[in-house]
Amino acid sequence: MRLLFKGGTLVDVAGGGLYRADLLVDDGRIAAIDREIGSEGVEVLDVSGLLVAPGLIDMHVHLREPGHEHKETIASGTAAAVRGGFTAVAAMPNTEPVADSAGVVRLILERARQAGRARVYPICALTKGSCGEQLSPMEELAAAGAVAFSDDGRSVRSARVMRRAMEYAASVGRVVIAHCEDHDLSAGGAMHEGAVATRLGLHGIPAAAEEIVVARDILLAEATGCRLHIAHVSTAGSVRLVREAKARGLPVTAEAAPHHFILTDEAVLGYDTNAKVNPPLRSARDVAAVREGLADGTIDVIATDHAPHAAHEKDVEFDRAPCGIVGLETAVGLVFAELVETGLLSPAQAIAKMSLNPAAILGVEGGRLEAGGPADITVIDPARKEVIDRASFAGKSTNMPFQDREVKGIPVITMVRGKILMRDRLLTNRQVCGGGQ
Amino acid sequence: MGSRTAIGRNLLGLEGMPFHQIEHILDTAVPMKQIIKRDIKKVPTLRGRTVVTLFYEPSTRTRASFELAAKYLSADTVSIAASTSSVVKGESLYDTGRTIEAMTADAVVLRHPMAGAPHLLARVLSAAVINAGDGMHEHPTQALLDMFTIREKKGRLEGLKVAIVGDIMHSRVARSNIWGLTAMGARVHVSGPRTMIPPGLAEMGVEVAERVEDVVRDADVVMALRLQTERQEEALLPDLREYARRWGISAERLASAKSDVIVMHPGPMNRGVEIASDVADSSLSVIEEQVTNGVAVRMAVLYLLLMGEVSNAVVV
Repeated sequence: MRLLFKGGTLVDVAGGGLYRADLLVDDGRIAAIDREIGSEGVEVLDVSGLLVAPGLIDMHVHLREPGHEHKETIASGTAAAVRGGFTAVAAMPNTEPVADSAGVVRLILERARQAGRARVYPICALTKGSCGEQLSPMEELAAAGAVAFSDDGRSVRSARVMRRAMEYAASVGRVVIAHCEDHDLSAGGAMHEGAVATRLGLHGIPAAAEEIVVARDILLAEATGCRLHIAHVSTAGSVRLVREAKARGLPVTAEAAPHHFILTDEAVLGYDTNAKVNPPLRSARDVAAVREGLADGTIDVIATDHAPHAAHEKDVEFDRAPCGIVGLETAVGLVFAELVETGLLSPAQAIAKMSLNPAAILGVEGGRLEAGGPADITVIDPARKEVIDRASFAGKSTNMPFQDREVKGIPVITMVRGKILMRDRLLTNRQVCGGGQ
Repeated sequence: MGSRTAIGRNLLGLEGMPFHQIEHILDTAVPMKQIIKRDIKKVPTLRGRTVVTLFYEPSTRTRASFELAAKYLSADTVSIAASTSSVVKGESLYDTGRTIEAMTADAVVLRHPMAGAPHLLARVLSAAVINAGDGMHEHPTQALLDMFTIREKKGRLEGLKVAIVGDIMHSRVARSNIWGLTAMGARVHVSGPRTMIPPGLAEMGVEVAERVEDVVRDADVVMALRLQTERQEEALLPDLREYARRWGISAERLASAKSDVIVMHPGPMNRGVEIASDVADSSLSVIEEQVTNGVAVRMAVLYLLLMGEVSNAVVV
């Protein structure tokens, strides 16, 4: 069936601008983009006043399946994705079992196909079991569908193993995504080291715990030629290191999560375990540096690090609570309210960091609107306001510190492979759903 | 589970507690101390009330002090030690709290190795929650008894120079004293190994000095903190001998303090490490009176919370 997006403002992520055009979808692909497309014999969607963007890609999510289905499943996580305007997600491998075998990759892809929502790109473990000791079978994993390799959740402790893993990943043509944390320095820490941790009597995680490994992995990228993507940059020092690496022409990219460019460690006051995350919420100076890095292009990607945990797992002593914040259903509103509305990024720049750039880093299709490309499309109403409410979530878990925050700029249509899966914040197909819907 | 602002219900910490409330607690402890000096140390004030002590860490003096305080006021007491309770079967603090709630206790005194545990419990319970020490966070009744003792000796708190020496980073006693003493107008100076001085103390109104001599000079009060000897293994200090040399409270070091300086220690002491043995036993030492005053202050806290008279409890 042919479907016409009529009257919308298209987002040119590559050129950085917006333009008025109609967009015709036919058989799961974009058939035409033109100033005016006739509406004879097609279903028409009036999107005047709305931004028609390439389908958003969140390159850092935890779908928890297999193994932790009480937190999230591939069905519920992809429901959260399409409700949040994401047409594709890249799933981190810290499941149980860890995604370090072709069998797990096939299971993930099959479950994603059954769910029929957002596309799921598996990221596989860099080392077997993500134990940081032996290399995972990267060629076989890549053949099965792995788009990148990462031991996310922990750093590869040994520089020797990291060096070899990067050499090997480069030979397979895949990017390595690094969670940068010196586990000796961060050991016992529950939040950012600073005045707030002192007040609360919580052990701190110094900024250097992240920066030391960012620096190490950049040096290893230089030595090995492997493409390196730094996950969830949270400190001013990390932003500086990535900026310097890029200036030297190294194959390094980076991402930041909404909570790291919006909240400071003060969000932890009151021992709010929904604000416990790794890397931790940092100081105001770090938040400003991450914003600056987003604005000047040092940080290429906005990714949520969507990390669901059940309420009873978070309802414990702060030290005992697992780290993580869910982000799929809040990200677009937060990005528009905090980065676009404030003038830090243009709409096209913000959307590029959630479409074109992650697609390029992962080497997956999509990420731009072009005739012949997949009809993965996100329509955003830049004027629409919303008060974040966990009761409305489609995902299984609602751990996040943004409850009752007002945001502006809301995804209103999510189309994947030419099918509308979300309209007006409601899933069009309500079966196999998680929490609120 | 609703979040409750806990006004008038709990004693979670001294951060943010205003001058007049601290003063009210200290004033209330004065007649309580008279009660425990009597031959018959019992008044019927809290008859029919139940106080549960829930301790997830070993403790001798704090626990005994709370239990005696409750008994002197005729409350019934129940002690739960984590090592002998359902906790060893894996019950969460949340569920333990719900269980205690179902038994309708009036107050729960919680000692816990993790900061913020009393705040979690306070969200579950309608009973009063009293923080008897949570991780490195706060130990409000210890600071209250310290302030009571200082006030008793000096007649006031305002304007006094109080030196706190040692492992500030890991000390809940130091944090509660910093909040309480600064609220009461005392000047708090701290010194200790740089590895044990956490960031942000200046924002709490505290002067930090590298050398212990600088905080002891002209001090009205010198408080030595207990040094956990396992800190050596965490590479936080070289050894006990080096610590005693640089930060131990000795008679020589006290010579530069005010002539009527008092020396305090929250106990239990490592004699010869953070405090010289002769100093601990000298006339300057008020360490044993701190213990006695602890019972009086905890009686005051139980009385005020259970009789609904403290109009505050601080949720950080």
